Parts: sequence; C-alpha cells; structure tokens
Amino acid sequence: MAKYLMLKHYRMPSEYMDYTPMDQWSPAEIDAHVAYMNDFAQRLRDSGEFVDSQALSPEGTFVRSGGEGRPPVTDGPFPETKDLIAGWMVIDVDGWDRAVELAGELSAAPGLGGEPIREWLELRPFLGQSPTVTE
Amino acid sequence: MTVAWRKFLDAVRSETARTRREQRFVVEQPARVSGPSEHVTSADDTLALYFLCSHPDLSPASAVAVTLRAVGGLTTRQIAAAYLVPEATMAQRISRAKRIIADRGLDRPGDLSSVLRVLYLVFNEGHSGDIDLASEAIRLTRTLLTMTHHPEASGLLALMLLHHARRASRFDAEGRLIALAEQDRSLWDTDLIGEGIMLLGAALARDQLGEFQVQAAIAALHADAQRVEDTDWGQIVDWYDELLELTDTPIVRLNRAVAVGEARGPAAGLALLRELDEDLPRRQAVEAHLRERSGDLRRAAELYVRAADRAGSSAERDHLLRCSARLHDAR
Repeated sequence: MAKYLMLKHYRMPSEYMDYTPMDQWSPAEIDAHVAYMNDFAQRLRDSGEFVDSQALSPEGTFVRSGGEGRPPVTDGPFPETKDLIAGWMVIDVDGWDRAVELAGELSAAPGLGGEPIREWLELRPFLGQSPTVTE
Repeated sequence: MTVAWRKFLDAVRSETARTRREQRFVVEQPARVSGPSEHVTSADDTLALYFLCSHPDLSPASAVAVTLRAVGGLTTRQIAAAYLVPEATMAQRISRAKRIIADRGLDRPGDLSSVLRVLYLVFNEGHSGDIDLASEAIRLTRTLLTMTHHPEASGLLALMLLHHARRASRFDAEGRLIALAEQDRSLWDTDLIGEGIMLLGAALARDQLGEFQVQAAIAALHADAQRVEDTDWGQIVDWYDELLELTDTPIVRLNRAVAVGEARGPAAGLALLRELDEDLPRRQAVEAHLRERSGDLRRAAELYVRAADRAGSSAERDHLLRCSARLHDAR
C-alpha cells in the first residue's frame, strides 16, 4: 500500500481553472457537489483506502523568523488571484494507478448545471518507509 | 431588579405552572454514576477535583482534557478521538496538566467561574467521535450542581439544556447546517426546554445575575417561540443589554446587533455594525443577513461569499455559499 496526498486548490491561475466558481452556482448545485464529495470519502472509508480529509480557510499569511530577539515577520494576506491550497485528502491505496483513478473521480464532482467541473487536483506520493526486503 | 428580568420571571412563572400541569420533571436528576468516576469517595472530593482541573495555570485545552479524564472518567483514547488529535498528543497534554496540578494545585486551585468556563468549552467546542461531548458536559454540570448550588452553575446547565434541546434541528439529513430561523421547531426537545426554563427561573429568583443566566435567558426566549415570528426580539435586546453590562465584548455587541436588527429593523442593526471592527469573526455574515433583509440583495450576496471565505467550519462555509446562491437565484 502507498499513501498519496490529493491537493485541492482555491483560485488556480485561470489557465488551470476553467469552470464557473462555486459562488455562482445555485443552492441545489452546491448541495449536489458537497454530496458527491461526501459520498466519495465514504466509499473510500468502506473500501479501506481513506486516511484523512481536511479543508482549509483561504485566510492565511506567510510567516518567518524576524531574527534573534525580534518578533516574527508576517506577509500577506495573499492577493485574491494567488493560488491557495483549499484542502486535501490522504488516501492509502495499492499504487499510483489507483491513486490517479481516484483523483480523476474526485475531479469530476458536479458543478454548474450538474456538469463535472473537472478541476485540476494535485497528486503527490508520500515519502514512505524503506522496505525491509529490498533484494 | 431590571425590567427585562421581572418580565422574564413573570413569563417563567406562568410557563412553569403550565409545564407542571402538562408534564412532570425531575429538576435535579441524579448524575449518572458509572464508569471510572465511581471510585470518587465523596462529594467534597469530587468538587475539589473539578476545581483542581480548572487550575488557572492550565491552558483552556489542557483544563478541558484533564477534566474529561479525571472528573469525567473518559479514556485518553476517547478524548483524543473527540478532539481529532493523535492519542499520544492527548496523553501528553493530560500528563503535563497533571504535573502542573501536582506542583501548584493545592496552593491556588481554580474557582467556580473557571470550572464553569471549562464545562462551557466542553459543551460548545466539542467535536465528534463516539463520545457526545455535549451530553458529557451536561452530565458533568449536573454533578457539579448537586455539590454547589450557585445560580451561575444552574444558569450554565440551563443554557446547555436549552441549546441541546435544539440539536435534532440544527442539521438536516444531508448534514446541511440549518439556521435558527429555518429550523423545524417540532423537533425541539420540549422536556429539555422545560427543565432548562425551570432551572433558569429558580436561578434568576435568587437575584445574583451572571453571564450564563443571561445567555440562558436569551436561549429560553428563542426556545419559547413556537414559530420564528413569535420570537420576542424586544426582550432579547433587553437581555443583551444586561449581558453588555456584565461583559462588554465585541462578540456580545455583534449578537446584540442581530437582535436589534430583528427588533427595530435592519437599518438599526447595520448602524450598530459600523462601530465594530471589520475583522471581527461573523461580522460579514451578520451584515450580509441585515443587507438581505433591507432588500440590498446584490451587496448581501457579495458579503455572504466574503463571509464564506472566513467561515470557521465547512458546514458554516457551505451554508453561507448557499445563502449567496439563493440570492443569485432570486435576482
């Protein structure tokens, strides 16, 4: 089994975000979208492939040390157009092919008019432990 | 006694009489005695434990954890699951809290107000898992009330019961958040509401008003309205005035603006919002609601979206997006 992170973004650069944003949808379209995401997570729980899922607020800021004896320096909040991580799902699956299949499925969540939004999701393998048997 | 208070007592007296006729309550139900808390030998020891676990040197999160462990008798695993942190993290939090209590506990234990604050946090900020933290908080507050009859302890228990009574109506079958005005009031638990109102009435009659009693009175006025349009917003505003006297915080001012918006119209509510910091959590959501009621749907829709960006939970975010979407539909 291998773990993968599926990252969802807020406000991708426009060439990566070709669907109508959620705040333009109808209440029923929002409901259908949320239900699709919940069903997806539930199916992964049932199949033993779900690890974790969290959503993040778009509010955030950059922080770094201000140097010895000084308070940390902050920068932000980000301009509206900047790409932000909206949330993630961690899955534990047989391998890359299954991870790609699932990410594709999640990306097809319905949006305006019930059409799949086909948003870009970022799929990142976890760096796992070294296997005991290597030869 | 203030006018609001007297009016409320009158209402409670008639309500109480009616309720007594209709159904029988056990006001001070004996605390459920089960699980690991059975080893506690006497009420005095238990009370001392509540105070120690609310020691002022503990962070709120630590006080909550150690109270649930030592007083509530929950396992570390259950508490960790309830707060969505790894068990090892919760174990560490509890053992550090116990060390602080052992080092410093006996010279300066917490007082009743810090115990009530901790129980309020358990009730209000509890998450999920197989333990219902709201019920747990109610159980612990009931036990506390058998040992100390302080009116604020009654006020807190009343507040919890009155909110807990509405839990079945707060989310629909699909997990969507339902605003108070849209809740199906037939799902409200009238036994809990009756008990909450009785407790509150008895506490208010003792003439030592405190924050929790006032908050419970506001919850009681909501619970008492059979339909949302029956809500006595004028009295709710009076109670917010009492609350401001006791604790003048931006959050109380924001909630008062909501009540004023209902009692005296959206313009009056919006005027009060202008005095509040733009960054105050939920301020934009409140402004969106008041703008909607004043007929400025365009501005309201924009504000709902901005409020969604600042929501504290996914359920709240989705709810605010739906509010915005509803206005798009209406246009």
